[in-house]
Amino acid sequence: MLYTRCLVRFTAIFTSGLLLLWSMAAVAESGWLQLNMPRGVTSVSREVYDLHMLILWICVAIGVVVFGVMFYSMYFHRKSRGVEPAKFHESTKVEVVWTLIPLFILVGMAIPATKTLIKMEDIGDTEMTVKITGYQWRWHYEYLGKDIGFFSSMSTPREQVYNLAEKNPDYILEVDNPLVLPVDTRIRLLTTAADVIHSWWVPELGWKRDAIPGFINDNWTLIEEPGIYRGVCAELCGRDHAYMPIVLHAVSKEEFAEWVQQQQQPSTALSAAD
Amino acid sequence: MAATTHDVHDGHGEHHHGPAKGLGRWLFTTNHKDIGTLYLLFSLLMFLIGGSMALIIRAELFQPGLQLVDPHFFNQMTTMHALIMVFGAVMPAFVGLANWMLPMMIGAPDMALPRMNNWSFWILPFAFTMLLSTLFMPGGGPASGWTLYPPLVLQTGDAFPFVILAIHLMGISSIMGAINVIATIFNMRAPGMTLMRMPLFVWTWLITAFLLIAVMPVFAGAVTMLLTDKYFATSFFNPAGGGDPVLFQHIFWFFGHPEVYIMILPAFGVVSQIIPTFARKPLFGYHSMVYATAAIAFLSFIVWGHHMFTVGMPLTAELFFMYATMLIAVPTGVKVFNWVATMWRGAMTFETPMLFSIAFVILFTIGGFSGLMLAIAPADFQYHDTYFVVAHFHYVLVPGAVFSIMAAVYYWLPKWTGHMYNERLSRIHFWLSVIGVNILFFPQHFLGLAGMPRRVPDYALQFTEWNMVSSIGAFIYGISQLLFVYIVIQTIRAGDKATDQVWEGARGLEWTVPSPAPYHTFDTPPKISATNAHG
Ligand SMILES: [Cu+2]
Ligand SMILES: [Cu+2]
Repeated sequence: MLYTRCLVRFTAIFTSGLLLLWSMAAVAESGWLQLNMPRGVTSVSREVYDLHMLILWICVAIGVVVFGVMFYSMYFHRKSRGVEPAKFHESTKVEVVWTLIPLFILVGMAIPATKTLIKMEDIGDTEMTVKITGYQWRWHYEYLGKDIGFFSSMSTPREQVYNLAEKNPDYILEVDNPLVLPVDTRIRLLTTAADVIHSWWVPELGWKRDAIPGFINDNWTLIEEPGIYRGVCAELCGRDHAYMPIVLHAVSKEEFAEWVQQQQQPSTALSAAD
Repeated sequence: MAATTHDVHDGHGEHHHGPAKGLGRWLFTTNHKDIGTLYLLFSLLMFLIGGSMALIIRAELFQPGLQLVDPHFFNQMTTMHALIMVFGAVMPAFVGLANWMLPMMIGAPDMALPRMNNWSFWILPFAFTMLLSTLFMPGGGPASGWTLYPPLVLQTGDAFPFVILAIHLMGISSIMGAINVIATIFNMRAPGMTLMRMPLFVWTWLITAFLLIAVMPVFAGAVTMLLTDKYFATSFFNPAGGGDPVLFQHIFWFFGHPEVYIMILPAFGVVSQIIPTFARKPLFGYHSMVYATAAIAFLSFIVWGHHMFTVGMPLTAELFFMYATMLIAVPTGVKVFNWVATMWRGAMTFETPMLFSIAFVILFTIGGFSGLMLAIAPADFQYHDTYFVVAHFHYVLVPGAVFSIMAAVYYWLPKWTGHMYNERLSRIHFWLSVIGVNILFFPQHFLGLAGMPRRVPDYALQFTEWNMVSSIGAFIYGISQLLFVYIVIQTIRAGDKATDQVWEGARGLEWTVPSPAPYHTFDTPPKISATNAHG
């Protein structure tokens, strides 16, 4: 009797524990916890993240105070509690105070924001340059001075888009030819476009920049960790705007040198042939 | 001033027996109340049409993959939804409120330019019929987003000239409406109604009208240049011909940012009328409210670059636009603090207009917070063109502008119809709206921060969950607006008799006339003293 009861209880606890573990895993794997900006893999992206969190918490704090006062008032200053309304309707002192305090808070925000902005806009000495050109609806990457250039198009099959096949884990975030870049290298990225305006965005780098026909925009990055980073076109560019992803392979300098050689081989072979 | 009032009397003295019968009343009316009603009903219709488009968008986004619509049609929906909601729903609703309320609030018999008033309304049905008809043209309607950025917008099919003409008509209508508002406020105030005694709704509308006159022609210029680029071989924005696609963005946002305030300043005015009424306490800081409105209007002209941080501007320009934009938080903060101070130590009751106004203050402020975050240029490089932006401006425009319009309708409906609305049903409408709107838009902050771009019919798998939540919220919010339509119709038809005063704490001239307000009010101007000025 006791034994069976124990067994029942044990099984119950065990299964509920399993269920809990399973649901936690399911939550972690699903998008429920995708709530915030990534910290990214560059010093710029981390500064942007910190700035974002700083402003967010300042806003939350202001919100708690203002809404707190409001809800206090809504609870205690109700007619149903038999209160008599006060008559005051002006106080220069109070109004000056709540004009000046936000001003100081804003100055406090503007200082770190200015620093980060200056850093982001300072292209400085770069070691290599890639020109990124937006097309409807794919990207073209050209490694200046290296004789490498290729288109990069989405490789997710259309059947998945039309729900005729099961979707890959990296659904619509996968391409045929990824952009390969070395880590620990200050890289200049030029953005432009051939037809309409696009915008090149890899969140892990900490910025996006429009690719505009007739303009060449100057950007830089210095990736600190090898890995695969995915991004999208952020500016509406027509029918397949959702289907021109970016995949960036950040590799070690040695691997990158190897990759460059590999890429150059076919073209060298070609020029040797003629 | 007296002379002007007299002229207007003579101008339509023949109407004094009351409204004409039949359709003619509505077609040929020059009565500000009739025209106000037309504007409000038109805006309600557009709100429902634009809302259905939003539901098509949210239905497609319920799951990743393409289920319901083609991506090109999806882009037409996002474009049309915005154009219709901005120019068809929100702006005409405020013009409708202005028509109904401004003359009654300043003690004028009608608007200053009644025939133009008729015309500025009757342009709109034609403009929007034309705009909507483009959906059935070869190549479909405009699909470039409401911002109409070239070169993409130049890929629009046969619809293109119709879209441009429709925008011109809306612009003409808005400009005429604005001229009318300014002429009325400057010339038709009752004796003793000095500028600094005007109710805040009148003040915010006066400033809005100046914004409209300043920026609508700029927008008209921009779209005309698009038209000549497409059909007359000019190259204003075409790089191949030496043009500059970024120039369009500068012109567009020089219009576009003030446009945002055109949609929110009258909302500030509405809320500044309602909160004192239900707090039974005068508005706190009337003067600073007026100055803050003027300051916001001024700043709105020098911040347009914050929409363009990612196009690649010089550092100094980015810094200028960032600082100027952050500065807007100061006068906006003053307004929010003043509303809270108005509630402080009042004797509050929470009828539906007050509920919507309180929700406005809280949720608009949340939209203001995300606006401040977006102003920070380095962080904007991450936020820009994501769902974070979508969440931001919908917080400002839906629980912001639209909630204030709902609040205004519940507040003044008893004055318009002579009937009290159904308080129990309207509270259900409020709670469904406020819950639905937050389920709809709050998760969009998460989506944007996690990397989902805007204006996409499809998305990566990690965005599935919150998109689903957002879509569910959209349907709760959308369908609950049908309840609003029902409540309004019910109130027009029947309901408890409203008193002249309607609300215990209401102050201001509009509450001194009978409910329903007679066809003609203030044929003889009322006397205004310091005590019965601004509610
Ligand atoms: Cu795109
Ligand atoms: Cu703006």
